[in-house]
Order: sequence, then structure tokens, then C-alpha cells
Amino acid sequence: MIRRLPHVDRVGVEERAAQLGKRSIKATAKQQGICLAVSMLDLTTLEGADTAGKVRHLCAKAVCPAPTMPEVPSVAAVCVYSSLVAVAREALRGTGVRTASVAAGFPAGQVSLEAKLRDTDDAVQAGAEEVDMVISREAFLAGEDTRVMQEIAAVRDRAGDAHLKVILETAELGSYDHVRHASMLAMEAGADFIKTSTGKAASGATPGVCLVMLEAIRDYAERTGRIVGFKAAGGVSTSKAALQRLVLVKETLGDESLTPERVRIGASSVLNDLLLQYAKTESGRYGRAEDFSRE
Amino acid sequence: MTPSVETRTSVVWDYAPAPESAEHIRLRGRYGLFLDGDFRAPADGRYVPTLNPATEEPIAEVAWAGPADVTAAIERARAAFPAWAALPALERGKYLFRIARLIQERARELAVVETLDGGKPLRESRDVDIPLAAAHFFHYAGWADKLGYGVAAREVAPLGVVGQIVPWNFPLLMAAWKLAPALACGNVAILKPAETTPLTALLLAEICAEAELPAGVVAILPGDGGAGATLVRAPGVDKIAFTGSTAVGRDIQTALAGQDVPLTLELGGKSANIVFEDAALDQAVEGIVNGIFFNQGHVCCAGSRLLIQESVRDEVIAKLWRRMGRLRVGDPLDKNTDVGAINSAEQLARIETLVAAGEEEGALRRTVACELPERGYWFAPTLFTDVSPAHRIAAEEIFGPVVSVLTFRTQAEAIEKANNSRYGLAAGIWTDKGAKAFEVASALRAGVVWQNTYNHFDPTAAFGGYKESGFGREGGPAGLRPYLRVLR
Repeated sequence: MIRRLPHVDRVGVEERAAQLGKRSIKATAKQQGICLAVSMLDLTTLEGADTAGKVRHLCAKAVCPAPTMPEVPSVAAVCVYSSLVAVAREALRGTGVRTASVAAGFPAGQVSLEAKLRDTDDAVQAGAEEVDMVISREAFLAGEDTRVMQEIAAVRDRAGDAHLKVILETAELGSYDHVRHASMLAMEAGADFIKTSTGKAASGATPGVCLVMLEAIRDYAERTGRIVGFKAAGGVSTSKAALQRLVLVKETLGDESLTPERVRIGASSVLNDLLLQYAKTESGRYGRAEDFSRE
Repeated sequence: MTPSVETRTSVVWDYAPAPESAEHIRLRGRYGLFLDGDFRAPADGRYVPTLNPATEEPIAEVAWAGPADVTAAIERARAAFPAWAALPALERGKYLFRIARLIQERARELAVVETLDGGKPLRESRDVDIPLAAAHFFHYAGWADKLGYGVAAREVAPLGVVGQIVPWNFPLLMAAWKLAPALACGNVAILKPAETTPLTALLLAEICAEAELPAGVVAILPGDGGAGATLVRAPGVDKIAFTGSTAVGRDIQTALAGQDVPLTLELGGKSANIVFEDAALDQAVEGIVNGIFFNQGHVCCAGSRLLIQESVRDEVIAKLWRRMGRLRVGDPLDKNTDVGAINSAEQLARIETLVAAGEEEGALRRTVACELPERGYWFAPTLFTDVSPAHRIAAEEIFGPVVSVLTFRTQAEAIEKANNSRYGLAAGIWTDKGAKAFEVASALRAGVVWQNTYNHFDPTAAFGGYKESGFGREGGPAGLRPYLRVLR
């Protein structure tokens, strides 16, 4: 397969993203946007120190983010390492909040395909309803597009009914041309979602990267009729940043894409900022960080 | 207290209205002429209301200058000239720095007034017009004591009294483009703002007074075309600079024929925006939108002739049409508005006439189906396809949110079609190939050529036209030349 890169202009992308970043979100739009963002969250913990206890706490928070504000919805999913999927699945049973797991040699992806598939099996067998896999940046940067796609397709196959989110780790791809190309490869290979980052790299879901991936999703849907979802992960740590990502979705894919079935935000720390901002729209004053539990 | 899954059902998420407050604006009910350092009543006592084109409500009454006022302004200017020209250049520069800083201090007020008076979205007046106006004063403030270096001469002298006539599309910015270089070079200036948008120029008059600019150095005389015609023909004016329509420009040049009054004209355009098949198409679409819908298309260098390579025509048009559907048209004061009101009833009628001509000639018209306010002057973003170079909408300046799409097959054809125009103000080139961009840019007869961007302005860059788009340059060191005499 000969690689043919698309043309993406960095300056143009960043100008457009910055322009959309200036949309003014106030009053009811802010409240609605915050609730929408909460409902799209993949509440995530991916630490070596994660334990069953911590995951159970996180799950409780995921189901009911703020007991004092019951109108704030549950998040979309809880995302953990495969070893803790069973714990999360149990804690989330019957709540409508889904269990997600990272897989395929997360975060570097520098293991054999066999290891990646076994990792996926572990996650799915433990009950993961969504699998977040990383692409092989090693293969991608070496120009081996076929290998990138074959790996995705193989994991896709093993994941069965689980939703497959393919992480591009855009910070390591080096250019927007690459981001768009990798997006297309992942969608062609069967991704249900394409996701910006692992959260472990130097940068994450920057506005420019989100815009390029959303445009790729839009163009892929135009060509094939299949609408692939989008997940922004990494670096979305404030309400403002979350709302700006929703603006990008709204003005690139359209209003109909603003649902948790199409868009996710992967984060751990943004939830409490969303709650603080929501409380502020209600009370008119800023609360304190301690107003909400950490997890 | 567990929220149910149902609470997640999606609502259509739209931005709530986010109008910039106009409450802090303290406009006078009535503005006189700015003459000899202060606001004065016009000789014939004539005041005319200026309207908000988004609501058709009057905002303030503004004096219109008559012939006697023009004569008085020229007398005051002549009297002020020797002292101003003799001032050490560094001191002249300080006045300009002061004006620039005062524009920045009053930026929010100026942006709101610009939007109220002209109908342009606040997003543009706030992010483009006002910051650029300040930047022009800063830029030329720096040139004041380095004029010789700017024009490569050992000794230069100012011309004297300059008459400057500016249009209604960028009222404050065009005033800055005119006044800043003229003053930096040691001239005194009489500025006539446009009939429909005099307010920010009058606020600039307040700023000049606040900066303690010596009386008579700047006069600001609002009025209609009659005041401009008087100024052009008045004895005692040493130079005329005009930005506006080609028809008026031609009239001015005729009036000045045979006289020793240098003239610069920045006139109309029908600029080609050329999209090659190897362009970054999504960014090209943004550039097309910015090229023609920026300021409702009231831009002399608007990319109103879109030339698309045939191989990507359908794709670009599909992307453009979808993108046009996302433009937010409406209240110019709303911070989320992309396209505001048409500047005047007269301009709206002109746009409607040309669009009707386009339909009659057989081009295919598509207009965005957006809700438009009942009052005020509005025109929804419009796209014409199947346009032939012979059609009026491909040749005449519409000066509205209307883009005409033509196609080409090869690079040579693109250049030929782009140059096949009475005008030559600007052009855009969209390609990922550096060599091609330079080759095409050198072959285009246009004063400004943008590569992979459009409608970007900078005080350091020269701006001006070829052919019927006028002559003379504004901006950068080239912008000093029209305001100087080279002595040796």
C-alpha cells in the first residue's frame, strides 16, 4: 500500500479552532453544555496505584456525580485497566454507566500483536463494554499503514460486541497531515470511535487536533455513510476546555452528534470543575474545591 | 437521588444570546464638526441622524459639512501646518503613540460603536477593526523620525494639507490607514468619514483632542458625497487620498486632472480566490468563507470570484455549502454572530439588483435558509454556481455576501481567468505546493496576493491595487511615499 498523505494546513486549522474557541457560552447554554459534557465523560483512572477500592469510589461518583444536584446526569463510562474491569462492571451493574478498558499494550503499544490481543481478550472477558486501544505509532511512523490497519482490525475482531475506540496518540504523530491520515486508517479498519490521546503524552486533545479528527469523521461519513464517534482525551481539564470541544463538534459535525453515543470526553479531573461551574450558574457564586468529593 | 439514564437524553444545544452590552457607551446626542481642535456647529446648521442598520433606529445626530465648513477647515489646517511640520519628528511620533494607546484604552467602546453604526459583527470590530486601527498608529508612530529610511531618500518634506475620504466598510480602520501615515510624515489632514458611518471617526476626534494634538492638525468633517466633492475641488488642498468606489474615484481623478495635486485611489475589486486540487481543502473552505462573508462581503478585496479546479469542484462546493449553513447570521452585537447587517438600504438594493441579474443570466443561486430579523437591512449568505466569466456577477463588484464560483482546468487557465478582470486589488492562492504558489503569485496582476489565507491585514504590509482598483499603496514603508516630497 502506497501512502498518500492528505493536505492539512496547520495555520488554517489553528486559526479556525481558535475562532471557535471564542464562542460565548453563557446562561442556559452553559448549564446545558455542562450537563451534556458530564453525560459524555469517560471517567478515567489509569494509575499503577489503582485498587479495587479506588475504582469503586470512582464508579459511585460516575453514577451520581453530585448528590446535591440530582439534575446533573451520570457520566457515560468508567475507564480502567483490564485488571480492574470486573470490579468496575460489578459496581456499575444496572446503572446505565458503561465499563471501558484500555487495551493493546496501553499506552506505548510496544508489545507483540499476540500480547495486544490477549490484553483485549482479558478486558472483554472481564466484562468491558468498550475497549480503548492504542495504534502502533511505531508502525505508523515507519510508514507501514497496512500493519497499523491489520492490528486495528485484529483487535476489532477480538473485541466482539464491545465498542472499539482507537487511540491515535496525536502528540506522537508529528503533524496534522498524519493526524488526519491516521484517523482515516482507523476508521477504515473498523474503529467505532477515534480518540486523540492516551493522556500519558506531552499534549492531548488540543483544539487543532480535535478539529482535524472531526473533519476526518465528517468526510468519512460523507463517503461511506458510517458515522464514527469521537473521543477527546488528555488536556481537557476545565469546563471551558470541555465546552470548547463541544463547540468544535457542534460546528463541524452538527447538533445531531452532540450525544454520548457519538462524542466522549476522557478525563479524570474535569468533572469537579464542571460541577463547580454548574453550581455557580445556580447560585451565582463560585464554590470551593472541597464542595465535591475527589472521586 | 441517583439520576436516571433518561436525564441523559440529548437536548439541542444552542448558544444562548450573548449580546455585548452597549450600556457603557456614552454617545452624545449630537456631534458637531471636529474643526480647529474642537467640535463646532456647521455653518448651515445641518444635522443628520446616523442609523443602526440592524434596527433602522437613529443612534445620534451628526453635523454635515457644507462648502463654508470645508473652506474653514482648510484655512485652519494651513495655519496649523508650519508648526506641525517643524515639530521634531520624535515629538510628532509621540502624538501618534498617544493616539494609538488611547484607541487601545477605548477599544471596547469603539468596537461597540463600530458595530452599532455599521452593522458588522462585534466579533470582527473587537478582534479586527479596532486592534488593527491601533496597530496602524503604532506602526507609523515608529516611522515618524525615520522617514528617509522608509523611502530611501536623504531629505524629505511633507506635502501640506491632505484631504482624505474614507468608506463605510471599515470606518475607524480606514481613518487610521489614512491619518497615521499622513501625520507621521508631517502633513495636516482633513478627513471626511462616510455618510452612513461617521461615529467612530468622531470618537477618534475626541481621542485626538485628548491626546492634545495641536488644533487644526486633524479636522474631521462628516457629510455626504457633496462634502467630499467640495474637499477634492477646494483650492489649498495639497493631496487627495480616497478609498471607495471606482465610479467616484474616476470622478475625483477627472476633477484633479491638470492640477499639481497628487492623488492616491484605493477602489473596487473583484478578487479571484483560486483553489487548486492539491490545496488543504477544509482550510481553503475556511478561507473562502473568510474571503467573502467577512464583514458581509463589504470588503474591497473580498474573494468574490471563486476559481476552483474542476477536479475538486464538487467536493469544495459541497464543503462550502455545508459550512455556509453553519454561519450565524443576525444581531451584530451578539458575540457569536458571524454575519451581521448590510450597511445601508442603498447597499442592500445594490446587492439585490446584482443577485437578480445573476439569476436572470442563468447562474444557479443558493441562499442559506436562515432566519433574518424583521427590521434592519439583511442579506443571507449566497452562493452562485454555473457562473460564466461573461456574467455580470462574475465581473462586477457586488460588495455583499455573495460568492460566484467559476472553474478552471490548469494552472495557466487559472492565471488567465484571474487576471481577466477590470480590477486588480487582491487574490488568494490555495495550494500545498510552495513553488506553484510563488509562480502563480508572480503572474497575478493584483496588489495583494494571499497564500493559504485570505483577508489578513497587517500595518507593515503594503496594500493597493492595479488597473481599475486604483493606485498608490497604504501600509508599511510604501505607505509613506504618497505623503512625502523627496527633496534629494
